[in-house]
Amino acid sequence: MKGIHNGAKLYTVDPRRTSSAQWADLWLGLDVGTDIALANAVAREIIKSGLTHRAFIENATTDFEAYEASVESYTLEYAEDITSLPRESIREFAHSYAKADRAQLCWTLGITEHYTATDNVCALINLALLTGHVGRWGSGVVPIRGQNNVQGGGDMGSLPNKFPGFQDVENPESRAKFEKVWGTSLPDKSGLHLSLMFEAMARGELTSLYVIGENPAQSEADVSHAIKVLEGLEHFVVQDLFLTKTAELADVVFPAAASWAESEGTVTSSERRVQRVRKALDPPGEAKDDIEIICRLAQAMGHDWSVPTAEEAWDELRSLSPLHAGMSYARLEELGGLQWPCPDENHPGSPFLHGRLWERPAGGRLAPFSVVEHVPPVDKLSDEFPLRLTTGRRLDSYNTGVQTGSFNSPIRNRETLDLAPVDAERYGVHEGQNVKITSRRGSIEAPVRFDTNLRPGLAFLTLHFPDEVDVNQLTIEAWDPKSGTSEFKATAIRVDAT
Amino acid sequence: MSERLVEIEIDGDTVSVTEGATLLDACRQKGVETPTLCYLENLTPINACRVCVVELEGSRILVPACSRQAEPGMKVKTDSERVRHSRKLVLELLASSVDMSLATDEVQGFMERYDAKPERFGTPAPPTEAGDRDSRHTGHHHAPTGELAETVAQPIKIHDEMYVRDYSRCILCYKCVEACGTDAQNTFAIAVAGRGFDARISTEFDTLLDNSACVYCGNCIPVCPTGALMFKVEHDHREAGTWDEAKQAVTRTVCSYCGVGCNLELHVQDNEIVRVTSPQDHDVTNGHLCIKGRFGWQFVQNRD
Repeated sequence: MKGIHNGAKLYTVDPRRTSSAQWADLWLGLDVGTDIALANAVAREIIKSGLTHRAFIENATTDFEAYEASVESYTLEYAEDITSLPRESIREFAHSYAKADRAQLCWTLGITEHYTATDNVCALINLALLTGHVGRWGSGVVPIRGQNNVQGGGDMGSLPNKFPGFQDVENPESRAKFEKVWGTSLPDKSGLHLSLMFEAMARGELTSLYVIGENPAQSEADVSHAIKVLEGLEHFVVQDLFLTKTAELADVVFPAAASWAESEGTVTSSERRVQRVRKALDPPGEAKDDIEIICRLAQAMGHDWSVPTAEEAWDELRSLSPLHAGMSYARLEELGGLQWPCPDENHPGSPFLHGRLWERPAGGRLAPFSVVEHVPPVDKLSDEFPLRLTTGRRLDSYNTGVQTGSFNSPIRNRETLDLAPVDAERYGVHEGQNVKITSRRGSIEAPVRFDTNLRPGLAFLTLHFPDEVDVNQLTIEAWDPKSGTSEFKATAIRVDAT
Repeated sequence: MSERLVEIEIDGDTVSVTEGATLLDACRQKGVETPTLCYLENLTPINACRVCVVELEGSRILVPACSRQAEPGMKVKTDSERVRHSRKLVLELLASSVDMSLATDEVQGFMERYDAKPERFGTPAPPTEAGDRDSRHTGHHHAPTGELAETVAQPIKIHDEMYVRDYSRCILCYKCVEACGTDAQNTFAIAVAGRGFDARISTEFDTLLDNSACVYCGNCIPVCPTGALMFKVEHDHREAGTWDEAKQAVTRTVCSYCGVGCNLELHVQDNEIVRVTSPQDHDVTNGHLCIKGRFGWQFVQNRD
């Protein structure tokens, strides 16, 4: 908001007219799942208007010609057809973005909770490469994280193909490095991501599961199926603050301390800033710090790891991950956090990445353009399921409500199916009326709320209140083959008065 | 890039400050303690309270140190009779009409230092009925009789579990309005309504807070210098006589919700969070939070 008050322009691309959209110079209210068509049309317009950053493209990128050819068919007219956006809006956005001195593309789950998640991101990266809006102060491509440590989780190696610091599991050199410090041999093949794990469980190949701080029995798409799969496990361990719906299915539950207020450690924010979390409260009952639980589990399995402090565990990480090497607890304390990469203790941290692309010649691997094509959402609209449901979040609630459910927010109403008033009229339902919402996977009930910020044809529900309105009974499990993320954002539904 | 320096004189001594610095910055740099009520480092100076005034040579009136920029050659007096008298009177006028008993220790210190005696304005008038001050129309004003000191005393507003608003303690410093507006939250749920002594903090059309634009970020609470805005938890503790700042430890951590990385200061008394603030000097959000960070911590205390 400071930037906007200082004169920055804001373009909001969102099917819903959000509060951000209300501050925007232009709101591009596109149809759900048409982001690639928009991005490619923006690219074509930038190319045709001679607004590309030629020097950057030549110095730092590859595959431009193939990309240029691939966007040729994405005319403004075609994009208007696909996205429902006025061609003039697409044109204005393209010109404004390309001509800006500095510009960022920021996104969150509206881009990534799609069958085409990775392609959506590539389509945006293409735009940044086309205009040189990357690798410079104030410019960039910015995935905004929805959780306080989702960045840190990935950085620490909670990915099936990476060790901490994004070092490849399948690279023998990095594997040898970790094997030496950890004193054990490590698998030479990448593991499975969440969606593949569920498939392996469904096939009976993965029979034992250890879930730490996640609630898949309520957060997975097509959740009835997910619960069935979890119930079929031979052995199921859950480590959580609460006896969640997932924990209720487990054979063993480890009560854990809250990492942000009952134990020591670090988290990493959206901007790659590592910051300290500290213990302010004693955890209840038998709840233990995550490190202690894991180490005692190891001990029970015959490995004495003792119980390191959070700082000792962090210092080991620093010895293995060059990105974090310079981030001692003392420096994190003194500087209020540091942004990786921070390779040594004299390094000030890195407010932006990819500066190497501006070196002449560009340092390291050149950045490739990706050819990506518009693919409509998997769950097709039809006469039987004519409304597009998209799921999201509300200000005062968080995910499946495990944490936020316990404070009395004055601005929280019970969960509603938000509809454009014109759609409500079309389906003969009135505000407050309980309706049956049906998708190809299931039915749930919720009261209707009118929302004039929704375009006709678009409905909205959150995932915050699964005990009352279990939205993931409706969502489709169709997941992006590259990232494994399910298409939570695009479900075809029908609304019937009850 | 080197910053240009400006030389001014404060109480006879030369002080060099960077261009754009205020007289308050210069006073602080020199170590001259200057009282402030409506000023805060992370808000735009609003010049409402006038308790920071200093005497500027060549200026007919006293100038507010918090917003007046230093210009080369300025000669400033911070402790002249005129300054002392003015500060004393500002504090007395506020304290004679407003309950300042929960103002910060710093504010209590100002009162002592300037020998403020608000009681000399007479016996305080009795509190008004709930809603009376909120419904006053500009110009519909009864002249005071002079027998009693007019006050803003009125019943406390408690409408939810988040915070209480006790406008008997409000000195109209505007800090809450600024924190709700462009300085932090950009929500504009509250503003000053009415004129003169009827002026008060109000939502649009005096609607209830939960019907207003308020998003319950609570950014208005820690900026309040007099305890007019207070966390409900703190209020309840005070009512029960269990509020004890000496027993409270403050721990800095990071909010457990989204990926912004807002820093939290957890004020903990007897293993219970009793207040959540955010450090003003931390550049992620400069002291501001949202409803989840400020109030969404109850789950760690559901220990049964």
